[in-house]
Amino acid sequence: MNELATAAPTAVVVLGLVGAWLLVGGLGLLRPNAVGWVARVLFPLGALIGLGVAAAGVAALLPAFAPQRLVLPLGLPDLPFHVRLDALSGFFLALLGSAGAGISIFSAGYFRAGEGTAPGLLCLQYHVFLASMAMVMLADDAYLFMVAWETMALSSYFLVTTQHRLPEIRRAGFLYLLMAHVGALGILLCFGVLHGGSWEMTFDAMRASTLAPFWMSVAFLLALFGFGTKAGLVPLHVWLPEAHPAAPSPVSAMMSGLMLKTAVYGLLRVSLDMLPGGPWWWGLLTLALGLGTALYGVIFATVQTDMKRLLAYSSIENIGLIVAGIGLALVFRSFELRVLAALALTAVLIHAFNHALFKSLLFLATGSVMHATGERSLGKLGGLIRRMPWVAAFALIGSLAIAGLPPLNGFVSEWLLLQTFLQTPRIPHAFLNMIVPLGAAVISLAAALAGYVMVKFYGVIFLGKHRESSLAAARDASWLERIGLAWLALGCVLVGAFPQVALDVAGRVTQALVGATVQRGPSPWWMAPVAANQASYSGLWYWVGLLLATGATYLLVRAFYRGRTRRTAQWDCGYPWQTPRMQDSAEGFGQPIRHLFGPVFKIEREVPLPTDAAPKYRIQIEDRFWAACYQPLGRLLQRITERMAVLQGGRLAVYLLYSFLTLIFLLVCVL
Amino acid sequence: MPAPTFATQVLQTLAGALLLISFAMLAERRSRRLVTLLIWQGVVLVTSTLLVAVTAQQPHLFFSAALTLALKVGVLPWILLRLMRRLGIERDNEPLVNVPTLMLVGLGLVVFAFGLAQPITALATTVIRQTLGIALAVILLALLMILARRKAFTQVIGFLALENGLFFAATTTTYGMPMVVELGIALDVLVGVFIFGVFFFHIREQFDSLDLHHLETLKED
Amino acid sequence: MTATVYFWQIGACACAIALAPLFAGWVAQCRAILQNRSAPPLWQPYRMLRKLFRKEATLAEDASWLFRGAPYVVFAAMVLAAAIIPSLTTQLPAARVADAIALVGLFATARVFMALAAMDIGTAFGSLGARREMMIGFLTEPALLMVLFNAFLMAGTTALPAIVQNTLAQSHLVLHPSLAFAAVAFVMVLLAENARLPIDNPSTHLELTMIHEAMVLEYSARHLALIEWASWLKLFNYACIGFTLFAPWGIATHGVSAGGIALAVLALVAKLALAGAALALFETGSAKLRLFRAPEFLTMAFLLAVLGLLVHLLLKA
Repeated sequence: MNELATAAPTAVVVLGLVGAWLLVGGLGLLRPNAVGWVARVLFPLGALIGLGVAAAGVAALLPAFAPQRLVLPLGLPDLPFHVRLDALSGFFLALLGSAGAGISIFSAGYFRAGEGTAPGLLCLQYHVFLASMAMVMLADDAYLFMVAWETMALSSYFLVTTQHRLPEIRRAGFLYLLMAHVGALGILLCFGVLHGGSWEMTFDAMRASTLAPFWMSVAFLLALFGFGTKAGLVPLHVWLPEAHPAAPSPVSAMMSGLMLKTAVYGLLRVSLDMLPGGPWWWGLLTLALGLGTALYGVIFATVQTDMKRLLAYSSIENIGLIVAGIGLALVFRSFELRVLAALALTAVLIHAFNHALFKSLLFLATGSVMHATGERSLGKLGGLIRRMPWVAAFALIGSLAIAGLPPLNGFVSEWLLLQTFLQTPRIPHAFLNMIVPLGAAVISLAAALAGYVMVKFYGVIFLGKHRESSLAAARDASWLERIGLAWLALGCVLVGAFPQVALDVAGRVTQALVGATVQRGPSPWWMAPVAANQASYSGLWYWVGLLLATGATYLLVRAFYRGRTRRTAQWDCGYPWQTPRMQDSAEGFGQPIRHLFGPVFKIEREVPLPTDAAPKYRIQIEDRFWAACYQPLGRLLQRITERMAVLQGGRLAVYLLYSFLTLIFLLVCVL
Repeated sequence: MPAPTFATQVLQTLAGALLLISFAMLAERRSRRLVTLLIWQGVVLVTSTLLVAVTAQQPHLFFSAALTLALKVGVLPWILLRLMRRLGIERDNEPLVNVPTLMLVGLGLVVFAFGLAQPITALATTVIRQTLGIALAVILLALLMILARRKAFTQVIGFLALENGLFFAATTTTYGMPMVVELGIALDVLVGVFIFGVFFFHIREQFDSLDLHHLETLKED
Repeated sequence: MTATVYFWQIGACACAIALAPLFAGWVAQCRAILQNRSAPPLWQPYRMLRKLFRKEATLAEDASWLFRGAPYVVFAAMVLAAAIIPSLTTQLPAARVADAIALVGLFATARVFMALAAMDIGTAFGSLGARREMMIGFLTEPALLMVLFNAFLMAGTTALPAIVQNTLAQSHLVLHPSLAFAAVAFVMVLLAENARLPIDNPSTHLELTMIHEAMVLEYSARHLALIEWASWLKLFNYACIGFTLFAPWGIATHGVSAGGIALAVLALVAKLALAGAALALFETGSAKLRLFRAPEFLTMAFLLAVLGLLVHLLLKA
């Protein structure tokens, strides 16, 4: 082990930290029902380890770092585990560690006894989940990758079904597990194609193998399918809006903020690292899927009435943006426009990081809201800014960031993505250079709709009047929860203020993947990735300008007109009585979108008649893909299995006959 | 490619205006305004033909410009307006389903047309040929308009817009068709509109409306 | 050199803040004249500001910090936008901080804060206004971005001053068919974004048809003054974006001198006078659309801008 440590010190440190996560998880089993032990000791410890993982990831991103390899004395006799730490894994480890630390600290204040699984067991599942994600990013052979991938799926399945006594949660968990395995099958087959007949399972061998163009495309499509299932690409997204709301909020945050990124990591690893190059239609397909996913996700997010479902659909949107960026990078790479590919990839990486920050933040905020109120239906919340000022403030930062508003981090990646689209007319292909720029229209539409979604999310939960009288008793989050939220919010602000640093960091990864970097520009204060005089943005000065202008306005108004202010009843055009029920409900706020994009939804609506004694309004919106793709598939499967059930006659002799016939058949084959 | 001259720029702008008018026609609900748009289309066409005639020194194009002016800005709109008055559909409002979707389909057609025309424009020796994509788009949009409309009257307007697109393609890419062909087409259109007018009266007599979905009842089961 | 540049930067901001109410007054005056009403004086908006700033502010009992802070943020966002847009000179240090995409983001920030503030009190009209404003917003924002994309592709940059310099550097008149599309789309966006007819009636008194006004119903005195001022600034900013993209003549490009700026101010005033009159004329001639016709109108704008983009890509002009 000693020479290993000298050969690959950072990788050994990361492995040690991953082991420490497992250890912390195991310690949870010592006293499975002691909330204090698990919450006050183990989860903060996990957060510390997370910081360590992030630091190691950052170390792997330093300019002087060379990829480190390790062969572990673990695994099957002739199949040892290979581990590799390079810039790409370093970036995603940094993402995992830093966002994971915030979630862990929050979890320390969040998990309580009596909510399904015992805390100790939960702690084990939680840390195994984290460790397996780290191992996915470290794996350098298909065997270890699949082991880590499946561990990740299983541990998260158990976490999703924490409240396994509720049937709908069991159902969501089953759907999740099913889709996870269908996806894993795709990845497995992809690796099966990639080794190119050499049966070497290390990624190095796969990089070296030369494939026929047809098999390369097959491998790419399998990877797109497999990782797309995990990422929630439309139409493989159906598990996502079921599983995320079912899980406890920190777990939703991990799944949405972190686990989806492992799929992004995998897609990048296979399509840009292991496959040397491909035709442009890979990129166009990925781009189209990404854009479709983004638009679909955000349109569905606007009409949700459950706050966690809303966020889940918003995750689908963000994954769509990320995948669209990957598609652009692939298109550029196929035309050898490496700097532009690097630009697209930079946008992808920064957006992945941003999404980990703000989506975790918002999921955690919904957790606090649920603990304080016991409600997750938007229609029963409202006015919490007055009861939970801390959570409201942090959630505001998260909401503004996810809506892509400057000067927060969401805007940075959106800006980069749009800049990339501006370069697409340079593609030397007659049709592509006209089609691809139109993608910018879809991106801007999705971004604008994200603003709509976030106003709905924030406005309905935190603003207005309490829609239920019980909300008046809501209490703000505990201090550990606040630290977790503050950590993530700080990340949003910092990435927003110093985008040029993020640009440099992402540059390390793009250098490794496409052999080019995006320059930040001549000045340390600006980010001018295309050319200095073409496009520039400075998050920090933007902050300064906005704060200065706001402050100056405030001071001037104060100085000249002393703040005479009187509190009275609301005006509301003089209407004499108002109830909280008269505010827009979640359905009401989404109504314009439902109206505009009517054909996209499958709507079931019960409208009361004027004569109804007890009028009732009910609306249910369903995913069309569910009825169009999955139900027929399920029915087909059902029919096939029913046919096969004939075999199961129930008589012992018949079963023995099957065994007998199989034996004969095998003997015939062998002889 | 040489830097476009001012005349080419004007021509390109006119082509853009033609496309704009096509989209406006797609979204316009009132028949009266559709005729106005058609007149505008004719005006743009006349201007562009004159421009090509001057810059390319093709005197026969002056004739076709005059012909266009007389026919498409003068006679045809006059006939159409008269028909409208006689049929009493001057204030008709045609219900259109889902204009944004229609527009999106139209946009897709434009992308398609431009994509088709791009290899040709890339090879173009005359800068004028670049407008072929636009002409193609105008034709496709007119076809889309005919498809999307339910009233016979507006379909005829779509047909005339289609003819305008063809004419524009002819003038800008090959400096117009031979005079005989052009005269023939002009006569055809004129006669066509007369025949349509007669048909309008017959359809209305039969069904009390110009809505074409009534024609579906003619099908024998 | 640098000191004067910063001086004129602040000067341009101050000019925008001072001129915006005048522009609003001019539009109102033109409208009144066109509608055969006796026109209010040009400085009516200033009077209104003075009145509002003097009044006692009344706040609803459960107004939160978001409600109180939003007017300041909205006003600051508009001032910052004015600092980015080259209305007088292209030598703007602030324009490097944020390019035109960030400008769109700035407008979006202001809109989101306004909508959130409208939902804060929890009245029926407030949330109704917020919802409508966001609906209009999500349609105008991409349209505006696509309009800007036209200009970006033509000039090869997303920095507004560079676009102006690019246009003014051309020695002879150049016609761009794609810009014609963009211009039409831009005017439609301008109308929708600034709550003008045919999307919203700025002088309506009927709550059920309101969009912008419904959001600010709960505001009074200095908060309302800031919001009104911000909305005038927004109109002014939009007009200046229009000049930047489609009619940049008169903007000082080569260095900054007092003479050049004076000329630019004159040109700006002349252009504003024309634009205001045209706006009033258009508004007088059009009727308010039903709310659910508004998306149709804005989809039109969006598609026109995209069409402009396509035409540009086809013709390279």
